[in-house]
Amino acid sequence: MNVTQLFGITAAALVGLGVYGLIVNPQPLRKVLAFNLIGNGVFLACAVIAHRGAAAGMSGDPVPQALLITAIVVSFAASALAVGLMLRRFAQTGTNSLAAPDEAAPGEARTHAEAR
Amino acid sequence: MMTPALAGQSTPGGLLLALAVLLPFAGVLAGLAPGGRHAQRVAWVTVALGIGIVLEIAARLLVSGDSLRYALGGWAPPLGVMLRADGLSVCMMLVVAVVVGAVAVYANGDFGTPSGTREARAPLAFWLLLLAVWGALNLVFVSGDIFTLYVALELLTFAGVPLVSLDGRAETLQAALRYLLYALIGSMLYLLGVFLLYGAYGTLDIALLAGKIGPGPLAWTAVALMSAGMLAKTALFPLHLWLPPAHAGAPAAASALLSALVIKGSWFVVVRLWLDVFGGMVGGSVAQLLAGLGAMAILFGNVVALRQARLKLLIAYSTVAQIGYLFLLFPLVAHDEGARAVTGGLLQAISHASAKAAMFLAAGLIYSTLGHDRLADLRGAARALPMTLTAFALAGATLIGLPPSGGFLAKWLLMSAALASGQWWWALTMLLGGLLTSVYVFMVVVRAMEPAAPGWSPKKPVPRYQQLAVLGLATCSFLLGLAVLLPVDMAQIGRTVTTQAGMP
Amino acid sequence: MISAISVGIGILLLALALWTVVVRDTFAAVAGFIPYGLLLTLAWLVLRAVDVALTEAAIGAGLTGALLIRAASRLHPTEAAAQAETPGLGTRVVAGVAAAAVAVVIAVCLLRLPDPAPTLAPEVARHIEATGVGNPITAVLLSFRAIDTLLEAIVLLFGVVGVWSLAPDRCWGGRPGLAQAVGPNDILVYLARVLPPIGVVIGIYIFWAGADHPGGKFQGATVIAAMWLLVMMSGLRDAPPVNRRWLRVVLVLGPAVFIALGLLGAVMAGAFLAYPDGWAKLWIIVIEAALLPSLAVTLVLLMVGPPQRPEVSP
Repeated sequence: MNVTQLFGITAAALVGLGVYGLIVNPQPLRKVLAFNLIGNGVFLACAVIAHRGAAAGMSGDPVPQALLITAIVVSFAASALAVGLMLRRFAQTGTNSLAAPDEAAPGEARTHAEAR
Repeated sequence: MMTPALAGQSTPGGLLLALAVLLPFAGVLAGLAPGGRHAQRVAWVTVALGIGIVLEIAARLLVSGDSLRYALGGWAPPLGVMLRADGLSVCMMLVVAVVVGAVAVYANGDFGTPSGTREARAPLAFWLLLLAVWGALNLVFVSGDIFTLYVALELLTFAGVPLVSLDGRAETLQAALRYLLYALIGSMLYLLGVFLLYGAYGTLDIALLAGKIGPGPLAWTAVALMSAGMLAKTALFPLHLWLPPAHAGAPAAASALLSALVIKGSWFVVVRLWLDVFGGMVGGSVAQLLAGLGAMAILFGNVVALRQARLKLLIAYSTVAQIGYLFLLFPLVAHDEGARAVTGGLLQAISHASAKAAMFLAAGLIYSTLGHDRLADLRGAARALPMTLTAFALAGATLIGLPPSGGFLAKWLLMSAALASGQWWWALTMLLGGLLTSVYVFMVVVRAMEPAAPGWSPKKPVPRYQQLAVLGLATCSFLLGLAVLLPVDMAQIGRTVTTQAGMP
Repeated sequence: MISAISVGIGILLLALALWTVVVRDTFAAVAGFIPYGLLLTLAWLVLRAVDVALTEAAIGAGLTGALLIRAASRLHPTEAAAQAETPGLGTRVVAGVAAAAVAVVIAVCLLRLPDPAPTLAPEVARHIEATGVGNPITAVLLSFRAIDTLLEAIVLLFGVVGVWSLAPDRCWGGRPGLAQAVGPNDILVYLARVLPPIGVVIGIYIFWAGADHPGGKFQGATVIAAMWLLVMMSGLRDAPPVNRRWLRVVLVLGPAVFIALGLLGAVMAGAFLAYPDGWAKLWIIVIEAALLPSLAVTLVLLMVGPPQRPEVSP
C-alpha cells in the first residue's frame, strides 16, 4: 500500500465518521463538528488526487491544491455563520436544541416584531 | 453536448456574462461601505442596471442563435474558467431579474430605513442580501466550471440563510440553523463529486467533462453524491423538512426571494449535471427514482398544505409540492420528446418563481392589513386589498395550471412528453397535484372574499405601489403561457440533441 | 512504501475523529478537534501540499478550533439538556449503516482512480511564465482561476454581513463581543504588547513570499488576524464598532480593487481578469496587497461575531 492509498482510505473513513456523527448527535454544535469532519475527509481526498497528479517537476498537481485552499477558507466562514446563529439563539432563549419546537401555537398573540 | 473545440472560445458580448455576475456583487460592496440609506439607493441603481444587462444578454442570444461564452482571464479550459450562457441560463436570468425587481419595489415599504436613524440592521442586511442572492444566482446560471459552481452555491447559501433569520426571533434562528446545516452538507457532497470527477478526468470544465465522461464507478458515485447534495438544498422530498419553517418564518420579501429564486439555484445545478455533464449516462431507473421522489413531493406537499392553519405555512408547503414538478422532467428527457420536457421543466421553474414570489408578497400585505395570517380569519381581506387578492388568485391559477398561465403550458408540455414516451403515470400525478392545489387556492380566496366583521378596519394602510408590484408579478406568471406564441424555443438555444441514455 | 509516520498519522487521525464523534461532553469533543487539525496539517505535509498545510494550520485548525472552543464554552449551560437528548438504538444503527456505506463507496472510488492520473501540472508548467509568479499554486489562484479567489473573498464578506445581521436591533452599530477586563500585569497583556509587531511582520513576509514560495495572502492574513485578536482578547484595545467608516472601507477594499483591476484587464488585455503582458506580477501584487488587510479584518470579524454592545453616543 502506498501513501495515496493509505490516505484515500483515511479520507473515506473520515467522511463516514462525519456522516455518523451528523446523524447521531442531535446538538447543533456537534453537527457542526461532524460537518467539519466530513469536510476534512473530502479535502483529504482532494489532496490524494493532487499528490497523484505530480508531474512536470511539481510535487503535486497545483490545481486541486488551489481548490483546497479556497474550500478550507469557505468552510471556516460557514462554521463561523453556524456558530453565530447558535450563540444568538442561545442568548435569546437559553437553549441550543434543534428538536425543541419553538413555534407558538397557532392563533396566539404575537409581538409587533413578528415576521410579516 | 458541445464539441471541445468550440468550448474554449469567447463569443462577442461575453463580457456581459461576467458583468451580470459582478454588478450585484459590486453593489454589495458599494452599499456596505457607506451603509445606511445609501445601501437602498445603491440597490435600486444596481437593480436597474442589472435588468438592462440581462435584457442585452437575452437579445444577443436570440440574435446569434447560439450560446454566449466567455473565457475568464483569457485562459481557456481546462486551465481556466469558462462562463457559458445557453437558452436555459438566459431564461432563468430573466425571471430572476424580474422577480428581484418586483421584490425591490415591494421592499421599499418593509425595509426602508426609518427616518431619524442613520442606519438600521434589518434594512441594511436585506438590501445587501438581495443583491447577494441575485449575483450568486446569475453565477449559478452562467458558470461553465463545476468548481466555480460550488463557490456559487456557497455564495447562495450565505446570502439565503441570514434572510431566514432576518427578524431575529428564536424560531427563525432555529429554522435558519437547520437550513444552513442541510445546505452545508449538500455543498460538501457536491464538492466531493467535483473532486472525484477531477481525479478521474483531469478537468473541471462542463463541456470538456461531457466529452470525456463514461459509465464507471467514479462517474456513478459522482453523480449520486452531487445529486444527493443538490436534493438536500432544493428540499426535495424526503429532505424537505427544513423548508416550511424557514420560508414561512422569514419576512415576506425574504420568503419571496427564498421560495421563488434561491431554491431554483440548486435545481438548476441538477439540470446542468444531468443534461450536460452526465449527458447520456443517467436515464432509466435512476431518473424514474428522481421523478418518483418528485411525485411524492407533489402529493405530500399538497396534502399537508391543505391541513395548515396559517397562510404562510400553506404557501411554504405548496413550494414543497411545486418543487416536485421540477423533477418530473428527468425521465422524459432521453426520449424523442426530450426537448419538450426540458422546455416544460424550464417553464415550470419560471412560472413557479414569479407566482410564488407574488403569493408570498401578497401574504405579507394580507398580514399587514389583518395583523395576522390565520386562515380561519381571513375575512375582509379582499375588500381591503382587492388588487392583492386578485394577484393571489392569478398566482394560484398558475400553480394549479389553468390556461393561459405559464403553469398550464409547462404542465401541457410535460404531460404530452410523458404520454408520448408511454410514461402515463407522471401525467396522472400532475393532474392530481393540480386538483389538490386548486382546493387550497380556492379556499384561501373564498375565505378572503367573505365580508369583514362590522366595525373592522385595516391594521395599517398598505401603499398602492406595493399592491401594484404584487399584481404585476402575478400577471406576468399568468400570461407566461403566451410564450407558446414565440417564434423560437428559447430553451433550446445552444443545446444539441441528447443521445439515448446508456441504461444502468 | 509508506513510512511508519504516515501510518501513525492515519491511525491517530481516525482515533481523534472517532473521539470527537462519540465522546459525550461537548467541550471534550471540541478540545479533540484542535490536535486533530494539527495532525491533518502533518498529513498535508506528507502528501507534499505545503501551501495547503499552511492554510490548514492557520485556518482549519487554528481559527476554526478557536471558534468552536469559544462556542463550546459559551454554550456550556446547555450541556445538560444536550446530554439528555440521546438518540435511540434505531437511529444509531441506521446512521452506522449509512456511514459505512458512504465510506466504502468513497474508498472504492479513491482506490480505483485511473492510472496514469490525469493532471493539469504540465499545462500549468507550460503557461506559468506568463503569470510572472514562481509558485504554481499562486499562479492558479491569481491568474488561471482568479475568479475563484475573487468569489472566495466575496463569500467571506457575505459571511460577515450574515454574522452582523444576527445582532440585536438595539446593539446595531455597536462593538462586537463582550468587553474584556484583564489586569494590566497579566501575561496576556504582555504577549499582546510584544507579539503583534513581530506577528505583523511575519504575516507580511508570508504574503510576500507566496509569490514564489509556499505562502500567500490567506496564510499571511490569518497571522495578522491572530495578532489583532490577541490584542482584543487582552483588553489592550477594544473591538471597533461596526458602523465605523474605516472598518467598512477596509472590508470592501480588497474585493473592490480586485474587481476594478479585473475590469481594467478587460479593457487593456482583452478579457476580464486578464493581465497585460509583462505587468502580470505587478497586478497580482497589487491585488494581493489590497486583499491582505481586507482578509485580516474579515477573519477577525467572523471570529468575534455580531455587535453585542450598543454604541453609546457621546
